[in-house]
Amino acid sequence: MSKTKDTFSLQFDTTWQYDAAPESASHIRLQKGYDLFIDNKFVPPADGKYFNTVNPSTGKKIAEIARASQADVDLAVQSARKALGPWQALSGASRGKYLFRIARLIQEREREFSVIESMDGGKPIRESKTIDVPLASAHFFYYAGWADKLEYAFPGRNPKPVGVAAQIIPWNFPLLMAAWKIAPALATGNTVVLKPAETTPLTALKLAEIIRDAGLPAGVVNILTGAGDTGAMMVEHPDIDKIAFTGSTEVGKLIQKRLAGTHKKLTLELGGKGANIILEDAAIDQAVEGIINGIYFNQGHVCCAGSRLLVQESVADLVIRKLKDRMETLIVGDPLDKNTDIGAINSAAQLKSIKKYLKKGLAEGTELYQSSCELPSGSGYWCRPSLFTNVAQSNTIVQEEIFGPVLTLQTFRTLEEALEKANNTFYGLSAGVWTDKGSKIFKMTSGLKAGIVWANTYNRFDPTSPFGGYKESGIGREGGLHGLASYIKFEDR
Amino acid sequence: MNITRSLSPVIDQVGVEERIARLQTRSIKTASKVFALKLALSMIDLTTLSGDDTPGKVRQLCAKARHLHNRLPGLPQVAAVCVYAPFVGIAKQQLAGSDIKVASVATAFPSGQSTLQVKLDETRFAVGEGADEVDMVISRGEFLRGNYHYVFDEIQSIKEACGTAHLKVILETGELSTLDNIRLASDIAMHAGADFIKTSTGKIQPAATLPVTLVMLEAIRDFYYATGRKIGMKPAGGISNAKLALQYLVVLRETLGEQWLTKDYFRFGASSLANDLLMQIVKQETGVYQSMDYFSKD
Repeated sequence: MSKTKDTFSLQFDTTWQYDAAPESASHIRLQKGYDLFIDNKFVPPADGKYFNTVNPSTGKKIAEIARASQADVDLAVQSARKALGPWQALSGASRGKYLFRIARLIQEREREFSVIESMDGGKPIRESKTIDVPLASAHFFYYAGWADKLEYAFPGRNPKPVGVAAQIIPWNFPLLMAAWKIAPALATGNTVVLKPAETTPLTALKLAEIIRDAGLPAGVVNILTGAGDTGAMMVEHPDIDKIAFTGSTEVGKLIQKRLAGTHKKLTLELGGKGANIILEDAAIDQAVEGIINGIYFNQGHVCCAGSRLLVQESVADLVIRKLKDRMETLIVGDPLDKNTDIGAINSAAQLKSIKKYLKKGLAEGTELYQSSCELPSGSGYWCRPSLFTNVAQSNTIVQEEIFGPVLTLQTFRTLEEALEKANNTFYGLSAGVWTDKGSKIFKMTSGLKAGIVWANTYNRFDPTSPFGGYKESGIGREGGLHGLASYIKFEDR
Repeated sequence: MNITRSLSPVIDQVGVEERIARLQTRSIKTASKVFALKLALSMIDLTTLSGDDTPGKVRQLCAKARHLHNRLPGLPQVAAVCVYAPFVGIAKQQLAGSDIKVASVATAFPSGQSTLQVKLDETRFAVGEGADEVDMVISRGEFLRGNYHYVFDEIQSIKEACGTAHLKVILETGELSTLDNIRLASDIAMHAGADFIKTSTGKIQPAATLPVTLVMLEAIRDFYYATGRKIGMKPAGGISNAKLALQYLVVLRETLGEQWLTKDYFRFGASSLANDLLMQIVKQETGVYQSMDYFSKD
């Protein structure tokens, strides 16, 4: 079973090629510039500074985005503070009504959001249309349902909102992360100042339009655009009660240091180096799909990506062969093309970082396989799906989060060895196990030190399921009932 | 060889269905669509397998095979016509001088409930009449009661009786119940000498489906990895429109690649598919759909 002869090779550079099938962007109306969303109005930044957001598949500017400075942060926090009392005073059912409204408005504008998400962030339209946008509205629907049931969710604990929440989100799932942050915060009666990532502000600003159109009371949600320094101002602001941050472990640690000794509550959702573990009795062809989905989904810009592949030695040759063949069928190209599997790397800086790791992997003596697909010409940011073999736990590419379409493959002999390798990391966000045997699933999943463990699937998300990390992958949980608790202080009677 | 269930890897049905759902989102446009429509047309086994078939009906089918749509020059020919054994001689005669093959079903099609001797006699008869290809059915009853050796030996005997004729082995996947069974039956058939593996007789529902086809293509891929032998695939039954046919070709392309994108290794068992493909080809060339009355039924 495990022996395969590599001489018989399949050929995926076929005479029959798929022609371009671009999703129409003609219905998209974008302004030349976008201001800050404070107190339900778009207002220009106090010091008049703007930066560009670019389309990573062309390197060209899409729009100018306001850069919030201290005065803007002050104004936004003030607005959120002022709105807090009346918003808390509303009944849960009334707050839920607004959330349902936002959810429906996102649904109605699903195509528009999908196209903008792919233009601004580089992800394939197939993913933004079937995953990002529907899940974003699903999160609002889900938390809308909790808004009037908090007493039932936490019986006898008298749940109260924390207050004004500063929320800082990353560039890999811009709209979805905004939904993850805003929906539970509003359901529990908090008000919000949210900052989308510098490279992907557009869908958050479109969401601001929806929030305004939904008639949400002014100041309940404020959206500030800017870079890391704007985020730092939000974190440092004395009138903030809660920080929710999703991003790199490095920045997460900085935030935690700065909050030491303050009253501010903190949740962090940070990096990961997920182990995707293939046991010898797994359904191999479907496991290969899971490997592909685990690492090449969203160009590998996924904190819970299955970036460390662990394969039992008895099937390693077969898995490698099938994986390489499967990689050859991945289509890297225009994010707006319906057939694109892997879009553009989110930014020039991220591409540079990925390339640095590719070099480092080779320098440390590992073997690199990249699919032979054609990359689009022009000035976009592209990276071939990559697979490192002959790697060991001690290699940098195994230890550090690359956040790109780069997979490392290690082998193991026993389940104990697999667990030891999987847990031998300072991260602990996610893991996957592939086996046909239920007993092995229980053995592995209870031994894995990771916040999310998938069995015979990977990268599957649902608003009802809590998400978060062990160790340096984060503090607190988002999603599900657990996600409510992050925005509540309990005044136990 | 010793045949047990461990001959085949396990299959995860959920994973197979997800993969198919993803492949179904491939968008095939413009020139790539025309290419695929013509490719699909060239892979058709034009089929009539009814109790009321007559020499006249078979002659008409052969005429349709030779003259798919005379109004549109430059069309590919279908791969074969597929008939019951008694009509092989007539079909051979009608198709003389063309590249179109004659395939005959045999082995007590469609149920397969007969003795090996009868099945061998029928196979030899069909080949003797000039059949280029034989479509046999496996004994599903023996398979389901775990008598895998019987299934294996039977296929091997029929293969021997086929001589130089190509052997397509019909698994009748609609009666095998699980994807694990379908995979095992595929492996048994290939090891026993099948040139093609085929989903269905068309007499049982469900007939061909995309998930079943993917599992069989993956079996073919593993067999190729292990032996270097290329086995063909034939989904049959229920593939009646062009859009679905193109989805099968997408699954084929992304599972086995270039070497299988030919009638030598892939066939559609279908009767009404041809006209829908023709209508789509004409639509691509002229920009408008024509009435079905412009396309001869047989």
